Amino acid sequence: METFLNIDLGTWMFLVIGAVFSGYAILDGFDLGAGTVHLFLREEQSRRIALNAIGPVWDGNEVWLVIGGGTLFAGFPKVYATLLSAFYTPFILFLVLLILRAIAIEFRSKEPMRWWRKLWDTVYAISSTLVGFTLGVVLGNVVRGIAIDENMIFKGGLLDIFNPYALLTGLTVVTLFALHGSVYLVMKTKGSLSERLVHISKIAGMLFTICYLALSVATLVFVPHAAHEFFDNPLLFLIPVITLLLLLNERLLIVRGKYWLAFLTSALLTSLLLITIAIGLYPNILMSTISSANSLTIANSAASTKSLGIILTFVLIGAPLVLIYTLFLFKTFRGKVEIDEMSY
Amino acid sequence: MDIEILSRIQFAFTISFHYIYPPLSIGLGLALVVFEGMYLRTRDKHYEQLTKFWIKIFALIFGIGVATGIVMEFEFGTNWAAYSRYVGDIFGSALAAEGVFAFALESTFLGVLLFGWNKVSPKVHFFSTVMVTLGSMFSAIWIVVANSWQQTPAGYKIVGQGLEARAEITDFWAMVFNPSSVDRIMHVWIGAFLSGTFLVLSVHAYYILKNRYVEQSKKAFGLVLIIATVAALSQLFTGHSSANGVAVNQPAKLASFEGHYDSLAVADMYLFGWVNDQKQQVTGVKIPKGLTFLLYQDFTTPVKGLNAFNKNDRPGQVNFVFQTYHIMIMIGMALIGLTLFALFLWWKNKLFDKRWLMAVFGFSVLLPQIANQVGWYTAEVGRQPWVVYGLLRTSDALSENVKAGQVLFSLILFTFIYLVLFILFIYLLNKKIQHGLDFATPETAVTQTNLTTP
Repeated sequence: METFLNIDLGTWMFLVIGAVFSGYAILDGFDLGAGTVHLFLREEQSRRIALNAIGPVWDGNEVWLVIGGGTLFAGFPKVYATLLSAFYTPFILFLVLLILRAIAIEFRSKEPMRWWRKLWDTVYAISSTLVGFTLGVVLGNVVRGIAIDENMIFKGGLLDIFNPYALLTGLTVVTLFALHGSVYLVMKTKGSLSERLVHISKIAGMLFTICYLALSVATLVFVPHAAHEFFDNPLLFLIPVITLLLLLNERLLIVRGKYWLAFLTSALLTSLLLITIAIGLYPNILMSTISSANSLTIANSAASTKSLGIILTFVLIGAPLVLIYTLFLFKTFRGKVEIDEMSY
Repeated sequence: MDIEILSRIQFAFTISFHYIYPPLSIGLGLALVVFEGMYLRTRDKHYEQLTKFWIKIFALIFGIGVATGIVMEFEFGTNWAAYSRYVGDIFGSALAAEGVFAFALESTFLGVLLFGWNKVSPKVHFFSTVMVTLGSMFSAIWIVVANSWQQTPAGYKIVGQGLEARAEITDFWAMVFNPSSVDRIMHVWIGAFLSGTFLVLSVHAYYILKNRYVEQSKKAFGLVLIIATVAALSQLFTGHSSANGVAVNQPAKLASFEGHYDSLAVADMYLFGWVNDQKQQVTGVKIPKGLTFLLYQDFTTPVKGLNAFNKNDRPGQVNFVFQTYHIMIMIGMALIGLTLFALFLWWKNKLFDKRWLMAVFGFSVLLPQIANQVGWYTAEVGRQPWVVYGLLRTSDALSENVKAGQVLFSLILFTFIYLVLFILFIYLLNKKIQHGLDFATPETAVTQTNLTTP
C-alpha cells in the first residue's frame, strides 16, 4: 500500500475517521449531555435558557456525524456495510431518536401550555440520553468484537448486541456526555441556574468516574484483546492515568469557577476515551468473535489506494474549512445566553 | 412481504420525504440571493423584509433536510450492505466529497446567514447567502454524480469475483463525468429552482389575496416569476437532453417511458395512456412516430423496444414508469404555460388583479414537488432490476443478515416519525407565514431580553 509520511494510507484513513468521530463526540456530546440533565432543571425559564444555550450550535454539531458517515463509507466500505447492517435495529433507533430530538427542540417553546412543554422536555431529555446510550452500546460492541463470519456477515442476534459490557459502555458514554453537557451549560448561564448546574456537573463527574473505573476493570477481565496493546507497551497505561487526573482536575476547575477550562478538560476526556479504544483496536477495526481470521482490519477492508488518496486529499482541503466554521460559530455565540425573538 | 420489497419501500419512502427539502433549499437560496442582492443595490426596506422573512423559512427547510439526510447516509449500510461493499470505493468517495466540500461550505456560511444579520456587514452577509446557495448546489452535484454512476457506470473496474466482486475507481474524472452526470445535474438543479421559486410565488400570491404585504409581495412575485419562467422553459431542454442520453445508455428504461414493446420499430409518443404489460399494449392518445422524431428528428429510425431485452433484464413495472414519466412531462408543460401566461399579464400590468390566477399560484407550490418526485421514480424504477445498471441487481444488493421483520419494524417507525415531522413542518411553516414580514428591530429585541432574563 502507498504511504504518506511513512504511514500507509489505510492507517491515515483510520486516523482521520477516528478524529472526525472524536470531533463529533466532543461537539454533539455536549448538546446531548445538556439534554440528559435537562429534566433536573426545575423552572421553566431555566429550561428555556438551557435549550437556547445549544440552540445555534446543535445542528452544526451533527454535521460531523454526516462527515464521519461519509468518510467511513468511502474509506472502509466493508466496515460501513457490516457494522451498520449488524446493528440494524440500534442504528435505526439512533436515527429515529435524532429526528425525534430535533422535533422536541423545535416544538417545545412554540406553545405556552404547561403539559405541552413538559411533554417535549421529556422527549428531548429521553431522546438525547438514548442517542448517547445507543452510540455507547455500539462502541462497546466494537471494542468487544461481534460475530462476523468468513463472508463479513454478522451472525448474531439483537440480544447479543445488548450484552452487559456494551450496556456498561453505553452508561459510561451517557455519564460522560452529562458531565460534558452540564459543564457547557454552567459556562453559558449565570446566577442560581449556574449554581444548580455546578451541582449537577459534580454528580455527573462522580458517576462517570465510577463507570470509567468499572469499564476499565471489565475490559481487563472480559475483553483482554482490547488491552493487549497496553500490556505490550506499558507506557500506554499513562493514558488512563491521565484520564483520571483530568477528571480530578475538572472537578477542581469547576469548584474554582474556571468553567471554560473545565469544558476543555471534558472535551479532552472524550477524545482520550476514543484514543484508548482506537489503540485497543488497531490494526483491527471490527473484530470477529468467531475467528480472528474473519476480523475486518485496516488492510483487508480499506478502499482501493486510489480511492483513499482521493478521499484523503478531500479531507486535507476540507478539514480546515470545517474547523474554521466551528470556531467561527462558537466565537459568534460566545458568552452567556440571552433570550430574544430568534430564540426557541 | 419479502425483504427486498420492504427495503425498497423504506428507501423510496425515506428518500422521497427527504427530497421535499433539499430542492426547496436550493431554489429558495436562489430567491434569497435575488432579494438580498436587490436590497444591497436599492436599500429598499421591502427587500430587507423579504430577505429576513425567507431566511426564517429557509432555516426551517434546511434543518429538516439535514435531519432526514442523515438517515439516507446510514441507510445504505443498514439495508444495502452488499451494495455498499460493491460500490463503496466509488459511491463512498462521491458521498465523502459531498460531506467534506459542499456540506462544509453550506454549513460554514449557514451560521452567518441565519444568525449573522446584526453581527456582520451587509456585504459579508450577502456573500454568505451566495455561498450557502452555491454549497447546496454543489451538494446536488455530488449526490447526482453518485446516482448517475449507478445509471451509467464509468471510470471503474470490477475486482474479485462472485460475492467478493466490487467496483474500484480507475479514473476519478471519468467517474464524475459519467455519460449521464451533466444532463441529470442540470435537470435536478432546474427542478430545484422550480421547487423553491414556486414556494415563493405561492406564499406571495396568498399574501396578495389576503391583502397583506401587498407592495412587498408584488415586488417579490415579479422578480421570482422571471426566474421561474426561465427555469420552466430550460427544463424542456435539459429534459430532452436527458431523454436522449437514456436512449443511448439505458434503452430499456426509455422503452418503458412510452410502453414501447416491439424489439426494433419506429416508436410513438403518448400524451397520456395506460399500459397493459400482459398484452403489451398501450391505450391512450398518441402522436404516431413521436418518440422516434423526438430522438432522431425523422420518422423512420427504429427504437429498441422492451422485447429486445430478456424479461429479467428490463423493468417489471412498465405502467408505473410510463405514468410517472407522463405526469412529470404534463406538469412541466403546465408550469411553462402558467409562467408564460403570468409573465404576459405582468407585462400588461394586469397580473395582480386576476384573483383566480393568484389562487392558482397559491396551490402551484405542489406542482414542482410532484414533478420532482415522479421524475425520480421514473429514473429509479426505470433502472430496475438493476441497482447499478448492468452490473449489480437490486436483489443482490441487500444486507445479508437483516430480516424482513426488522425492516417492517423500521418502516413503521420511519412512517410514524416522518408523519410527526411533516405535521411539525406544516405547522411551523404556516405559523411563519401567518406571522408575516414584520420583525422586531434589534432595539426592541434587547428590551424584551431584559424583561425575560431573570
